[in-house]
Amino acid sequence: MNKRNFIRGILYAFLTLLAITCLIPFAMMIINSTRSNTEIVRGFSIIPGKSLIENYKNMMYHMDVSDGVFKGIWLGYKNSFIIAVSVTVLSGYFSALTAYGFFAYEFKGKKVLFILILLMMMVPSQLGLLGFFELNKALKTLDTYIPLIIPSIATPFTVFFMRQYLVSTMHPALIEAARIDGAGEIAIFHKIILPIMMPAIATMSIFTFIGAWNNYLVPLVVIFSPEKYPLPVLMGYLKGGKVAENLGSMYLAISMSVAPIIIAFMFLSKYIISSISAGSVKE
Amino acid sequence: MNSKNKYGYLFISPFFIVFSIFGVYPILLSLYMSFTDYKGIGSPYSANWVGLQQYARLIKDAYFLQAFINTWKIWGVNIILQLALALILAVIFSDMRLKLKGVSLFRAIFYLPNLMTVSSVALLFLYILDWHHGALNGLLLRAGLISKPVNWLGQPHTAQLAVSLIQTWLWFGHTFIIIFAGIEGISKDYFEAAMIDGANRVQTFFKVTLPLLKPIMIYVVITSLIGGLQLFEIPFLISQNGLGGPEGSLVTMVLYLFNQAFKYRNFGYAAAVAYGLFLIILVFSVIVFKGMFKEEV
Repeated sequence: MNKRNFIRGILYAFLTLLAITCLIPFAMMIINSTRSNTEIVRGFSIIPGKSLIENYKNMMYHMDVSDGVFKGIWLGYKNSFIIAVSVTVLSGYFSALTAYGFFAYEFKGKKVLFILILLMMMVPSQLGLLGFFELNKALKTLDTYIPLIIPSIATPFTVFFMRQYLVSTMHPALIEAARIDGAGEIAIFHKIILPIMMPAIATMSIFTFIGAWNNYLVPLVVIFSPEKYPLPVLMGYLKGGKVAENLGSMYLAISMSVAPIIIAFMFLSKYIISSISAGSVKE
Repeated sequence: MNSKNKYGYLFISPFFIVFSIFGVYPILLSLYMSFTDYKGIGSPYSANWVGLQQYARLIKDAYFLQAFINTWKIWGVNIILQLALALILAVIFSDMRLKLKGVSLFRAIFYLPNLMTVSSVALLFLYILDWHHGALNGLLLRAGLISKPVNWLGQPHTAQLAVSLIQTWLWFGHTFIIIFAGIEGISKDYFEAAMIDGANRVQTFFKVTLPLLKPIMIYVVITSLIGGLQLFEIPFLISQNGLGGPEGSLVTMVLYLFNQAFKYRNFGYAAAVAYGLFLIILVFSVIVFKGMFKEEV
């Protein structure tokens, strides 16, 4: 029994060490955003400094006024928020609609079309990147949010996931009953199916939102105007600006860019983790 | 009933319209571009058709070969560390004799890095690993572990290792969740039987746990391979927006593609790189899949 407790002690020590390793970059980031430039240069310390407000003012000053290129971190927030919300709503609604179309109706070519969706799930995203850029150049939609938002109407993985959900939870008799009651097909989808699918839509929405919020490569390629940059692209470009000269301000900007995700994770962590577990076992 | 079935087309049509325009067409256009000398001026359709010339160039391109090797090195170190760590954690937490507590808390902490905006993560590590002002050197100097600052991102091997470790830091929690769920899914009877038969932990792990986890391990390795061979953001941002790090050690295949297209305007060639990469991913996914299944008893 004592030997077992000893092993347990060692394992807890190992786990705690690993947890600290996971968290220490965040700690460095948050603590350094409260310290002044000279304090940071002198070395790392776990004691927070007193320069948070100064760092914030300096960051805002250099992002807004001096070089006129970066229009402030709050604008980055707004841009990212507009994009991520639009993507989440479109992807959730149209994926549910498509999944239901495949689930509830028999039509010619259904199998082939569904296999096409499965195939597209496996194609790496960078394969079409250059064609995507050229397409948007031809459509004159570069430097707009259209290439970031509209393609989310067609999200193969979400459709696949929602169809699986329908197959495992929906009973066709429910649709039949609604038809007998005289409900139209479009009304059935909106009034009966959509509410039933909400758990699946919510699960996918969390991941869609985080994915859209964190997306870097596509906006990097299609957005040119700094005032339209979503947060990740804005972060990448900060490095070359005046903010980067002040370490504390830079750490603060990084902290602010990840804060929404950390806060969301605090509330949703159980939900997110159980979704990952469930998804992987089924596959 | 039959008249209703036309609604099937109606319901799936928005998806397939957008899918054709923004999903399928760009892939075909990229393929077309890879047969031209398109330089990003005008339209790809007015560029000269050069047949397989771009692909011939790709095969002989020493820089692409280096990018290929870099990508594998960075991914290889990362997947070994990631899998080892995730397996150890999953075994520790699922051990019936130890009954460790706090799984959900540890799981949440280990997973947290995975949700971070990658560009912020890259920027953060750029500052933490900085030669003169970095927090890591500061910490190590203070603890007396090093006597002078180490230029982590200034030497090829440490720069690649840094990216591998950042990738491990980002992904081991995710892999742990998946493998742990896999172990939880294995019937307890197997472990009890092994325990009754007097198998020790190591034997149980190699004879019971690992073989039963094979499908999930394949899933983890293949998804990680597909993502890892497309590694872009961290090396791009850590090497100062695509410069490629010391001696080009951080030029990955997608970074090479990106630079060919958006820096040097070699769109035709970059499209060939994209298809080359696609082929590489396809071939190695099949090899991993077959290789791991062949070992089956």
